Amino acid sequence: MKFNNVTSSPHIIRDDGISKLMSQVLLALVPGAIAMFYFFGWGVLFNLLIACVVAITSEAAMLKLRQKPVNANLFDLSAIVTACLLALALPPLAPWWLTVIATLFAIILGKHLYGGLGFNPFNPAMVGYVVVMISFPKEMTFWLLPATINAASLNLTETFNLMFFSQLPAAMSWDSISSATLLDGIKNHLSQGHNLSALESNAQLSSLFGRLAGLGWEWINLLFLAGGLWLFKIRVIDWRIPVGVLAGLSTVSAIFYLINNEQFLSPLIHLSSGGIMLAAFFIATDPVSASTTPRGRMIYGAGIGVLIFVIRQWGGYPDGIAFAVLLMNMAAPLIDYYTVPAAFGNRN
Amino acid sequence: MSKLSTFNGGLKLDGHKKMSTGSAIKIARLPEKLIIPVQQHIGLAAEILVNIGDHVLKGQCLARASDTISASIHAPSSGQIIGIDEQPVAHPSGLNALCISLQTDGKDEWRARTAIKQDYLNKSCHELLGIIRDAGIVGLGGATFPTAAKLQACDQKTLHTLIINGAECEPYISCDDVLMREQAEEIIIGVQILQHILAVQNTVIAIEDNKPEAIASLQKAAEQLTAKNIQIISIPTRYPTGGEKQLIKVITGKEVPANGRPADIGILCQNVATANSIYRAVYRDEPAISRIVTVTGNAIHQPANFEVLIGTPMSELISQAGGYKDNIGGLIMGGPMMGFALASDELPVTKACNCLLTNSREETLLPAIRACIRCGECADVCPANLLPQQLYWYSSSKNFDRAQDLHLFDCIECGCCSTVCPSHIPLVQYYRFAKTEIWAQEKQREKADQARLRHEFREQRVAREKAEREEKLRLKKELLAKKKIEEGKAAAIDPKKAAIEAALARVKAKKDASGEPPKNTDNLTEQQQQQIREADQRRQNPSSEEKTE
Repeated sequence: MKFNNVTSSPHIIRDDGISKLMSQVLLALVPGAIAMFYFFGWGVLFNLLIACVVAITSEAAMLKLRQKPVNANLFDLSAIVTACLLALALPPLAPWWLTVIATLFAIILGKHLYGGLGFNPFNPAMVGYVVVMISFPKEMTFWLLPATINAASLNLTETFNLMFFSQLPAAMSWDSISSATLLDGIKNHLSQGHNLSALESNAQLSSLFGRLAGLGWEWINLLFLAGGLWLFKIRVIDWRIPVGVLAGLSTVSAIFYLINNEQFLSPLIHLSSGGIMLAAFFIATDPVSASTTPRGRMIYGAGIGVLIFVIRQWGGYPDGIAFAVLLMNMAAPLIDYYTVPAAFGNRN
Repeated sequence: MSKLSTFNGGLKLDGHKKMSTGSAIKIARLPEKLIIPVQQHIGLAAEILVNIGDHVLKGQCLARASDTISASIHAPSSGQIIGIDEQPVAHPSGLNALCISLQTDGKDEWRARTAIKQDYLNKSCHELLGIIRDAGIVGLGGATFPTAAKLQACDQKTLHTLIINGAECEPYISCDDVLMREQAEEIIIGVQILQHILAVQNTVIAIEDNKPEAIASLQKAAEQLTAKNIQIISIPTRYPTGGEKQLIKVITGKEVPANGRPADIGILCQNVATANSIYRAVYRDEPAISRIVTVTGNAIHQPANFEVLIGTPMSELISQAGGYKDNIGGLIMGGPMMGFALASDELPVTKACNCLLTNSREETLLPAIRACIRCGECADVCPANLLPQQLYWYSSSKNFDRAQDLHLFDCIECGCCSTVCPSHIPLVQYYRFAKTEIWAQEKQREKADQARLRHEFREQRVAREKAEREEKLRLKKELLAKKKIEEGKAAAIDPKKAAIEAALARVKAKKDASGEPPKNTDNLTEQQQQQIREADQRRQNPSSEEKTE
C-alpha cells in the first residue's frame, strides 16, 4: 500500500490553537469587566462594543489590503483581545470617537503596519492608548465616581447620549458625575505640598478610599487578579511576567514608603489601584511584544513594575502602565539577547 | 543514586501502550523473500561477501563490517541469494539503497554454532567485543549505533556506571516492554555480560513507571540469577526520558557535556533489547537477525508485538496484524514523536524498525500554520533547554550563525516544541532544514578550503620548481665557468696547444693592429701576391723603401 501524506515528525499535534488561547484570555477578563460595569455603569459596555466593532472592521480591512486570508486570521480573536484590553483601560464615559481612534491606531498602526500578529514589537492596545492619552489628555482623565457613592448615576440612554452626542442629562454637570481617579487625586494633593497624613482633611479625596485603596478599584483589581490566576492555572500565561510586575512595583514602592510614608503611598495601595492587575496579568503578558526567555520575562516584568512606580510618582500622568509597557517592549529584544538560558550540557 | 533528578520540559503524553501489550510476542511468519539492506546502522555500509546464486545458511555472514563504525549483516534464514541491487528502503530520504535479496527455502537451517555461554567470564573484553562485532549487533534503542564501537570505551577504564535503558518513552511503542516481560532473564544475563566487559561498579536498569509488569519481571529475574550490583529503578513517565542524555540526567543528575558523550562522564548506556542481543550472541551464537516490532495504532485490526526476521516486508507484518482498518491514513516507522512517515509498506524491516504505527486519516490531517506569537510554550517543554521559538525565527530567516549561537546543534529533534505549538508551526522541520543547510555550507567551505590549499600548494610548487631551475642553471653556469678556468689552466700546462693558441692570438692581434683593409686576394697566383705584398710594403713604409732603394 502506498501513502501520500508523508509528513515530518512529530506526528502528534495539539488540536487547539491561538483562537482557543485568545478565547480563554477573553473569558478571564469577564469577572474584572463585570466589576467595572458594576462600578462605572453602561459606559464600560459601550466602550467594549465600540472597540470590538472597530477592531473587527479594521482588522478585516487590513487583512484584505495585505492580501491575507481574512477569515482564518479574524477568528484567531487576537484583534478582539486587543480591543477589549483597550476598552477596559479607557475612561468609561469617553466620547465614542476617542475609543474609535485608539482602536484604529492599535490595530492599524500598532499591529498591521508591523506585519500583523506575531510581528508587532509594541503592545497594540497600549499603542492605541498612548496615542489618545497624549492627544486628548482632558478626555482621558474623566473617570466616573464609583456607582456606590455616585448620587447621580446615568442610565443606558443617558450614557448613550453622553458618549455619542455629548449631551448631559438636564440638571447634571460634568463635575457632579466625573471625578479624578484616586491616584490622580493623590498626585494633585502631593503636588500642592500636602502630606499623605493630611488626606483625611481632604473630604473629596478621602471619600474615594475604599478598604484598601480606591473605592471600587480594589474590587476591580481583585477580580482581574482572579482571572489572571485562572489563566496561570490553565497555563495560558507564564507566571514570570505578572510576578515580575507585581514584585517590581511592590519592592520599589515599599522601599520609598519605608523611607518616607508622608510622600509615598504604601505598596498595598499601589497594588490595588488603577489598572495594575489588568496590566500585570493581561497586558504585560502579551507574548508577542514581551521578552521570551524565562529569566528575561522576570526582568521584563520587573522593569514594567518599577517604571509604573516611577511614572506614578514623578511622571506627568496619573498612571504609567501604558508607557511602562511600551518602554519595556523596546527593551525586550535586548533582554532576550542577554538572557539566553544555558542549553543542556552547556552549564559549565 | 536513590534520588532521581529531572530535566527541563518534556511532555506527559498518552501512552497508548496497552493497545499492543495484550498478547504475548508473536513469531512472524517466515516470508518467501527477505530483502536485507547492507546499511542498517550508523556508519559505513557492510562489504558484501556473497554472490547471486549462492546458497546461504541461517546466521551466515552476508556482509562484513567494513570499519570500526559499521556492522555485519547476516542471513536471517537459509536460502538462495537471488539479487544484490538497489531496492526501496525505509529511510527519510525515500532513496533506494543496496540490498541483498534472499529467497528462503523454508528449512530455516542454521550454520554451525559454537556458543561460549558461561565461558564469557574467562574471556577478555576484546574477545567479547569481537563476538559482538561479528554478530552485527547495533543499538536497538533507535540510533542503531554499532554496539561494539560504543563498548570500546571499556579501554578507557574510566567508566563507573552502566545504564540500561528500558524507558521506552515514545507513545504506542511497546517492543521493549514486552521483551522485558517475557525475556527478563536473557536481558539480565546480557547486562551481566556488559558488566563483565566494562568492569563498572554500578549498573542501573531504568524503566518508566507505566511498565510495572516489566519492572516486576526484571526484578524477579535478577533475584533468580542472584545478579549483583544491578539496580532496577522505576522512573517517572515523561517524554523524552528515554533519550540517552535525558535518562542520564534523571538517574545521576549529571549533564553530559554538549558535543560530548556519556563516556566523558564515566557513563555508558545500552538499550534492554541490545542487552538481549548480546545474550543471544554469547549464549546462542545467534547474530542480529531478528528483532521485536510493535505493530500498532488506530488503523490496524490486531495490534501486537512480533518477533520479526530482518528483511521481512512490512506489508507481511501488517497482514499478520489483521491488516489495515478502513480509516488508514498513514504508516510511521518508529513512534509518533520521532518516527518518520513511510511512502509505502513494501519495505523491509531493519534493525532500526522498532514500531510500525498506523495512523487514521484524521490523525494525518495537519492544521493550518499560523504566525508565531512567541508564547514560549516550546521553550517550556524543550528537554535540551533551548529557545525553540528563537531558533525557528533564525532558521526561517536563514540566519544560521545566530541559530548556532543559540545551540541549534544541541536540539535532539524530540518534537516536543512542535507538539505544543498553538500556531502549529512544524518547528523541528525548520531545525532539520537549518542543520542540513549548515552542514552543506560547511562541506562547501571545506571544499573551498581544499581548493584554496590545492591552489596555494600549486603556486608553491611552481615557485619552487622555478627556484630549482634557476639554481640548476646557476650551478651549470658556475660549473661551465669553472670548467673554462680549469681548461685554461690545462692549456697552460699543454705547451703545444698553448703555442698554437698564442700564435693565433698574435696573428689576430697583428691583424687588428695592422688594420689591414680587405683585399681581393683569394684566387691570385703566387707572383701576383708577391707583387701586392711589395706594393703594400712600399705604401706602408715609404721611408724604408726609400732607404732600401
